[in-house]
Amino acid sequence: MPIQKDSPERPAKDSPASAGEFRVIGVPRRRVDARAKVTGQTRFADDIFLPRIAHCKLLRSPHPHARIRKIDTSRALAHPGVYLVLTGKDLPIEYGILPVSQDEQALCLDHVRHVGDPIAAVIAREELTAFEALDLIDVDYEILATISDPEEALATPEPRIHEYGEEGNIHKRVALEFGDVEKSFAEADEIFEDIFFYQGSTHLPIEQHAAVAIKDPEGKLTIWSSTQTPHYLHRALAKVLQMPPAHIRVSATPNGGGFGGKSDPFNHEIVVAKAALLLDRPVKICLTREEVFYCHRGRHPVLMKFKTGVKKDGAITGMHLQTLIDGGGYGSYGVASTFYTGALQTTTYHIPRYRFEGCRTFTNKPPCGPKRGHGTVQPRFGQEVQLDKIAEKLKIDPADLRLRIVESPNTVTANYLRLSTVNLSECIRRVVKTSDWKEKFRKLPEGRGVGLACSAYLTGAGLAIYWNKMPQSGVQLKLDRGGGVAIFCGATEIGQGSDDVLAGIVAEVLGIDTFDIRLFTGDTDLGPVDLGSYSSRVTIMAGNAALQAAERARELLAEAVAIRLEVPKERLRFAEKSVFDSAAPEKRVPFHEAVCLAEARFGTIGTVGSYTPPKSPALYKGGGVGPSPTYSYTAAVIEVAVNPLTGWITVPKIWIAHDIGRPLNPPLVRGQVEGSVYMGLGEALMEEQEFRRLPKKLSHALVHKFPSMLEYKSPTSLDMPEVVTELVEEPDPRGPFGAKEVGQGPLLPIMPAVANAVYDAIGVRIDEVPITPEKIVKALAEKRAGRDPRYGPSHFPHVDWPEALRVPPPWEGGDGNAVNDVPRHSKPRPEKEKVLSS
Amino acid sequence: MMRLPLFEFRAPRTLDEAARILDGQGPNTMPLAGGTDLLPNMKRRQQVPRTLMSLRYVEGLNQVQWSDSASRLGACLTLTDVAEDPRFRNGMTALSQAAALVATPHIRNMATLGGNLCLDTRCNYYDQNYEWRKAIDFCLKKDGTICWVAPGSRKCVAVSSTDTAPALIALGARVRLVSRSGEREVTLSELYNNDGINYIRRRPDEILVEVLLDSLHGWKSSYWKLRRRGSFDFPVLSVAAAARLSRQAVVEDARIVVGSAASRPLVADGASKFLLGRSLNSETIAEAAGLAARIAKPLDNTDFDMTWRKRVTAEFVTYALRELRGDDMHVERGSLTRHSFE
Ligand SMILES: Cc1cc2nc3c(=O)[nH]c(=O)nc-3n(C[C@H](O)[C@H](O)[C@H](O)COP(=O)(O)OP(=O)(O)OC[C@H]3O[C@@H](n4cnc5c(N)ncnc54)[C@H](O)[C@@H]3O)c2cc1C
Ligand code: SF4
Repeated sequence: MPIQKDSPERPAKDSPASAGEFRVIGVPRRRVDARAKVTGQTRFADDIFLPRIAHCKLLRSPHPHARIRKIDTSRALAHPGVYLVLTGKDLPIEYGILPVSQDEQALCLDHVRHVGDPIAAVIAREELTAFEALDLIDVDYEILATISDPEEALATPEPRIHEYGEEGNIHKRVALEFGDVEKSFAEADEIFEDIFFYQGSTHLPIEQHAAVAIKDPEGKLTIWSSTQTPHYLHRALAKVLQMPPAHIRVSATPNGGGFGGKSDPFNHEIVVAKAALLLDRPVKICLTREEVFYCHRGRHPVLMKFKTGVKKDGAITGMHLQTLIDGGGYGSYGVASTFYTGALQTTTYHIPRYRFEGCRTFTNKPPCGPKRGHGTVQPRFGQEVQLDKIAEKLKIDPADLRLRIVESPNTVTANYLRLSTVNLSECIRRVVKTSDWKEKFRKLPEGRGVGLACSAYLTGAGLAIYWNKMPQSGVQLKLDRGGGVAIFCGATEIGQGSDDVLAGIVAEVLGIDTFDIRLFTGDTDLGPVDLGSYSSRVTIMAGNAALQAAERARELLAEAVAIRLEVPKERLRFAEKSVFDSAAPEKRVPFHEAVCLAEARFGTIGTVGSYTPPKSPALYKGGGVGPSPTYSYTAAVIEVAVNPLTGWITVPKIWIAHDIGRPLNPPLVRGQVEGSVYMGLGEALMEEQEFRRLPKKLSHALVHKFPSMLEYKSPTSLDMPEVVTELVEEPDPRGPFGAKEVGQGPLLPIMPAVANAVYDAIGVRIDEVPITPEKIVKALAEKRAGRDPRYGPSHFPHVDWPEALRVPPPWEGGDGNAVNDVPRHSKPRPEKEKVLSS
Repeated sequence: MMRLPLFEFRAPRTLDEAARILDGQGPNTMPLAGGTDLLPNMKRRQQVPRTLMSLRYVEGLNQVQWSDSASRLGACLTLTDVAEDPRFRNGMTALSQAAALVATPHIRNMATLGGNLCLDTRCNYYDQNYEWRKAIDFCLKKDGTICWVAPGSRKCVAVSSTDTAPALIALGARVRLVSRSGEREVTLSELYNNDGINYIRRRPDEILVEVLLDSLHGWKSSYWKLRRRGSFDFPVLSVAAAARLSRQAVVEDARIVVGSAASRPLVADGASKFLLGRSLNSETIAEAAGLAARIAKPLDNTDFDMTWRKRVTAEFVTYALRELRGDDMHVERGSLTRHSFE
């Protein structure tokens, strides 16, 4: 296993890890929450019913852009069964997930920015009553001009959707340059310029957002909500309600899927909290599917321009990427998303010089934000399709081309991302083999084709959303005399299996069964902070924290047992629910007795663990987005069948290999891979967060085209092809037991692999997603007419880019700072990095 | 969640009683069969009857009577009944295929044949909830004054989206309608208007009681449906074809129907006539497909691009006729609908 240059080798302790044999980790196990889910006993937020509960409905703007002149709620308030009507005046304080984008109000005070923006809340005895009373609220609007896409936003500085941002309707503009890219183009044998468009899509979790709030018997606030980020919601509630955080308890209910759509603090959560406090009654809201489309925070539509220089042998000399991003009506995670559209290009292939410019605009649509693969999915599509074009021009097999240029492990990239293990080459080799690539590529009959693409993804964002020096995850353990172990942690189970990760790690270290463990997670009152279930951070961060806490507990137990058994502590093993002498296994005490011995000796047994990611060498402004303790890698080969008359496209089979480090519970890992494939296919073939503008002469409407699960097309189980999943295992020294992420990375290669396969099948390039039969037919018509056999965007509008921050890459003498900015840190201190597992 | 408006509920036991309940009520009282169309519509406030009258307990509505010369299918047969009963194959294959391709298994367990024939027309501007429709200031079909699909049009052009109607029209079906004032039999193709609002000639007080089919001895039929996914989706184009072939495989009689391309199923008379006396070779099929496709006038109010839907109509007619001819269409079936009928 490669050892980090800057990390101390882990001392070989008496851990099962060093014993080279695991009993829980890596063994296929039923996940800890499976029984509850399969038998329908999991209590989601909408399953919570309490005595005297009242129901909340939100009045939402029917206009895409307007000022509110006046709101009259008197008729609604007089409606029988209505308890309370709230408006923006009741919750005026602005909030938002990022400190730099505090631009939301729970109920719009005087400005609505998209159809569906909430204006007022009705709380009533029955949900139906609340719904009926919405129509009794009289709102006087002044209609404003509407902005529907980034190009229009660039051309229309007034009226402004927000009063902050760069200027006009530009929210954020960034420019970074790592080495002289123009020079790298001059050194190239070939230069490729391509424009791609990636359509927006939404998360579509099966569970719609729901929340219940109460004023608890002591007079404090408790809210149960389907949120991925209870800690951030906690902070937002404290801010907007102006309450001490200690008087607020946020409990994340198990999420019926999140995918990033439940990572912002939401208006409906703040509203029910306020209403519960005012009414001293439980107040509940469960959004309709349409409202979930209005919360959105999904994939940003992104227009991209790639300019890449290559040598004849395929080596990349430099890359220049520009992205134009449709942000929707609010900031959300958008500033981070903007950086992410340029952050990970350098993590897969060696790019010695790199320039990135990104621009996010506001538009009058529901805000975009993080969706599985946050911000990196769109440019990955462009990069991988362009590589396919490069391979063809250079007459190199696309798999071979990639193998030549894969970035090395333990490298710092041009933009100062520090890579740990990199097993992309092995992933490529595996899918090439399992798919029989060499026999298929450019060899299948007309209408059939294969495509290949690769990707990388973060294993946890290096930085918290708000700047602080504290750990990003904490775990407490309590061991009781009966041998039970309780885990307390803020990590949130959103279906991805985070509870199972915690239980598996603790069980492995203490030699017990996951069934002996009780979990208290996702609750701000009960467990230490974990930042939330986003950026594929839970396994590595909460996992490492759990590992540390468990190792500390084991240490206490070992000390007490060593005395009782009169054997050296180092010889003790923890397994089979007992602690025994590895030299004489019959000398043992049961685990619960070990706890009693330790408790007799040390007092109550409770330990803590925490995790802080290693410091990043990216010191320049904007360098906070992209760093991660380690990156996962994926390669995929996809076969498609395209009907040359109708353009009808199907995907019969997919081969995918994922660099997982080590799978903690293999079926869950495979489940995440297959789930990513499924979601990726939706984006590749059909999903569109599309809007409809009515004829301007007749209407100013700008509405979501089909905010329903019936007409927003996402694949069904019948549309799912056979998937052959390979896991590439090389334990990463930074992951708990060597584990890397799997929740997001495997989605990324799917869309470009489909596009590349379509080209192999019928010789047309579809340079945007979704790839639909209509677009294929149009591209085929171009081909027949002897024109460019392609469908996709043809121009990238002019953006006034700021002067780029110039950061020389490591191999050009850079130190991670921009030369034309004040140094952010004098010198990267060589940190003693915590690496918690083998 | 979206809530139903309050309504009164009636559950008559006999047809007489049912007819009496509907009498004189107009749209205020509506029959409820499986509820898979009506209840979602009520949640969206597209229809807000004061009274729902269940057909479920009305005697005799879910029976099939078979005889050599004719068969009678009760209106309350579920689509699962129709799709799974092997007696609906052979001549009636198109009906069985159409029923099997409706919605999802769960919906087909509730959905009835009668409800499917009476299904409301659909449009992307209309099948939206109340707040969404408010955001576009509604449309002609409900609460508004303009058609957003064709702003110049005085007529609603919402799309006939029933799967079984085109199939049954191709099979020459008739339906029996009963009201307090009496009963009548109507050829199914005569039941529909090409008007998205007044799409059906059933009076609000009439109950569709059964579907009548003459003997289909010697007939073959086939149904093809365009939808994006392997389940859930309404048809956005469909083709039903039925033909009686001689021993020499010459067409003695034929009916081709194009569905979901207008506010009613369209009978492709020209194409059907063209087939008479010809054998189903590639040229004949191509010519007939072209003729049938000509009548399809899809508009921009469903899934898929309308020009593309128009463009692939001929392909769909071709698939249907090739299947009648006996070609193995498994690959096309599997690729288009994720179903391959055995
Ligand atoms: C997600 C989804 C997908 C769907 N996909 C499809 C599809 O692919 N293809 C398709 O064709 N349909 C589809 N449907 C619509 C619907 O499920 C079917 O059309 C079904 O057959 C309707 O039958 P029902 O018994 O549920 O009708 P109901 O909802 O009970 O009634 C529908 C209408 O017919 C009237 N009615 C019902 N029975 C009678 C009768 N005997 N006499 C007089 N009037 C009557 C009712 O008053 C009402 O106006 C879908 C529905 C959903 C929710
Ligand atoms: S076709 Fe026109 S009138 Fe009819 S439902 Fe659609 S928008 Fe409304």
